[in-house]
Amino acid sequence: MTTRTREIGWLVARRLAFAVPVVVVVAVGVFLLAAASPFDPVYQYYGVDVFTATEADLAATRARLGLDDGVFQQLGRWLSGVLTGDLGTSRSFRQPVGRVIAERLPWTLLLVVVGLLVAVVLALVAGTVAAWRQGGAFDRVVTGIGHAMEGIPPFVLALVAIAVFSLGLGWLPVAGLTDAGAPATFDQVARHLVLPALVLGVSQTPWLVLHVRGSLLGALGEDHVSGARARGLPERTVVLRHALPTALLPFVTLLGTRIPELVTGAVLVETVFSWPGLAEAVVTAALAVDFPMLAAISVLATAAVLLGSLLADVAVALADPRVTADG
Amino acid sequence: MIRRVLTVLGVLLVGFSAACAAPTAPGGAAGADGTAMVLADGYEPESLHPLLGYGVEGASKFYDGLLAHDADRRLQPALASALPTTAADGLSVTVPLRAGVTFHDGSAFDADDVVATYRALLDPAFASSVRSDWVTLAAVEKLDAQTVRFDLAGPDAAFAHRLTLGIVPAEAVTAPAPAEESPLSAQPVGTGPYTLAQWRRGESMELTANPSYWGGAPAVERITIVFAVDDNTRAQRLRSGEFDGTVLPPALAQTFEGSEYTVRDHPSADYRTVTLPTANPITADPAIRMALNHAVDRQGMIDALFAGRGSPASNPIPEVLSEYSEPAAQFTFDRTRAGQILDAAGWVAGPDGTRVRDGVPARFTLMYPATDTIRRDLAQGFTSDARAVGIDVALEGLGWEAIEPRMGADALVLGGGSPFDPDLVSYPLLHSSYAGDGFNNPASYVNPAVDAGLDAARRALDPAERVAAVKQWQRDYAAAPGFVFLTFLDHSYVARDEWDGYEQVVDPHTHGTTWGPWWNVEDWTPRA
Repeated sequence: MTTRTREIGWLVARRLAFAVPVVVVVAVGVFLLAAASPFDPVYQYYGVDVFTATEADLAATRARLGLDDGVFQQLGRWLSGVLTGDLGTSRSFRQPVGRVIAERLPWTLLLVVVGLLVAVVLALVAGTVAAWRQGGAFDRVVTGIGHAMEGIPPFVLALVAIAVFSLGLGWLPVAGLTDAGAPATFDQVARHLVLPALVLGVSQTPWLVLHVRGSLLGALGEDHVSGARARGLPERTVVLRHALPTALLPFVTLLGTRIPELVTGAVLVETVFSWPGLAEAVVTAALAVDFPMLAAISVLATAAVLLGSLLADVAVALADPRVTADG
Repeated sequence: MIRRVLTVLGVLLVGFSAACAAPTAPGGAAGADGTAMVLADGYEPESLHPLLGYGVEGASKFYDGLLAHDADRRLQPALASALPTTAADGLSVTVPLRAGVTFHDGSAFDADDVVATYRALLDPAFASSVRSDWVTLAAVEKLDAQTVRFDLAGPDAAFAHRLTLGIVPAEAVTAPAPAEESPLSAQPVGTGPYTLAQWRRGESMELTANPSYWGGAPAVERITIVFAVDDNTRAQRLRSGEFDGTVLPPALAQTFEGSEYTVRDHPSADYRTVTLPTANPITADPAIRMALNHAVDRQGMIDALFAGRGSPASNPIPEVLSEYSEPAAQFTFDRTRAGQILDAAGWVAGPDGTRVRDGVPARFTLMYPATDTIRRDLAQGFTSDARAVGIDVALEGLGWEAIEPRMGADALVLGGGSPFDPDLVSYPLLHSSYAGDGFNNPASYVNPAVDAGLDAARRALDPAERVAAVKQWQRDYAAAPGFVFLTFLDHSYVARDEWDGYEQVVDPHTHGTTWGPWWNVEDWTPRA
């Protein structure tokens, strides 16, 4: 084992040790916020039946569900359940939280991973071409659009995309995982995935494009690139082999820091497209003060963010020996 | 979980290049032979557990109750083998059970399942959300494997209508845990005509015919119910031919007149009323209460807001319960009379048009749930009609959490209704024993004469005596109203007319694709 791998191992260990208290703080924070909200969970439990329930029965159910207990008592009950592997029951989905996550997480992962791929490919291609032909028409258009789109939230993009590609041109389905009643086959899911994944990907692209363009411009001015040019290497080789690798290292770090944006983007995109993923469940759970569900999702999202930035740092450290791995 | 992950990974690996291939034909609409049906619903159940209110009024596709209602609202035996017999003192009801019925999991149905279901309903440990509907039920006993007896706390003429609760297998209610933790919430095991094949939350539900259904295997073998909350989205997708039917707001439904779909308007017992709280000095005033009941133009609201679909309401007894309906207890729209009533009570018009008595203006607040457009529109109609006779009503659209603590003092647009028996809804709504109790009688309407009539109707075992008692309390109510009942809503449906077996039914307050045209879809047959 080299000193380098040991350094990286320490980085991972330190970050993971740091992640545990962060996750606990997030879970407790969500719990306290839910407890402070004005919504009464017993309403969610009863649904429309609350309109015919008597006060005595409502009180009995509150007691049975432990809703009258103190916040910290409820928190303790939940934490001890988690330690034994019981994430609790989701009130808004009337299922164990573990099952809700198992049903929905794969669809969210599919959407986010494809969305990220779209963003990365778009950013690399557009950013490289723009920097290569700096000041040209393509560069001006890409930079203009990039700056303009930084302020457009993903759901606006989603609504525009639906208006154009589904309602206007009729190329793609409006929403859902499959057509009504169709089984979730590859063809069905793939066709329904195109629009949400593109919207999610494109909404993440502006920062990435501008960043790739900027750092590639910087790299093109560096000595080793000038040297390559001076040796008479073809322009393509100079840009792709010599300049781009230098420019890509900060890009990987940037990708890691974009994870939170990706997560919030997924919430909006899933809601607009009725994509049955975990993010859509956030909205439902939040409106229902469904604490076990909210806590599990928040912890998952926190873990995704921590893990995303950790992976980015490890990748950079592995790729570039100049980067120190001691945080 | 693992298989799902693999499916997803498979989709991911091959990439989505294939996705841009030509769109496939809409997967929805009915199979050519009519054995499959695709419906769209604006409402997705949160749970399929009978103890959490799923299909509690009958017409559940997965469960059967002991009894069920037919198209004429008469009770018919379902899991019972005959109609129940009530003891002479009215304190117990005995039900013989159908033999040879099996649950979806293959286990046999008998008295143990009935007893276990109802005991779980009564036991607070199961935290059933519909327990309050069975206040008169004291105990359930198994007499033998094919007979059960219900013991009542007092005579209850409407009790048999409570026997539509879906029966679950006894094994499903052995552990005394809150019903939300039960697997039945997502995986129903009943005796009903359909089994749940798949439920993709937030998207769709697929039902498959139960081939060994005791009532005969349904001819419509597959029903897909797609959940699409937005009314306009549902209408658009229906236009594209994706669905065989859906529920729509009346005005939107009428736009399908003359298309390939048939528009079906169902009368309902679903009332909307304005509560007039007794604790509020303005709304408690008998003159104000009576004047408002004559000041509102009920038919005008129906014409303007619901394209004429609906019927005026004066009390919670809908027109469809015609045998109980008392014509002498209906309020007429008469603005002049409303003015005279207010004049006589000393409410004189002030400078700004609002009436004043002893320096107190005739002014109160009306709350409505902010997200409910029908209630908002009715509240606005009510406000302008009240202003026309000099009563100033301030509107507030709120969430239920904000409404609940205030509904004892501020007026509220309330809804509910049952077409099956006058007792089921009227008793908790109007009886003083429910005054201020949850949402039942939130404005605390108390009228000893109405109480006496409601009690007499509940105790009466002779049908003619019941009718007389119900009509009596309606007259007593009309003499001293505590609400302004506005309308019974019609429910509108749009459906492809390719099956035989449709029977119009009167919907309860709950609606959607469980009720409406499809309440007896298990009896439908594809048209040749």
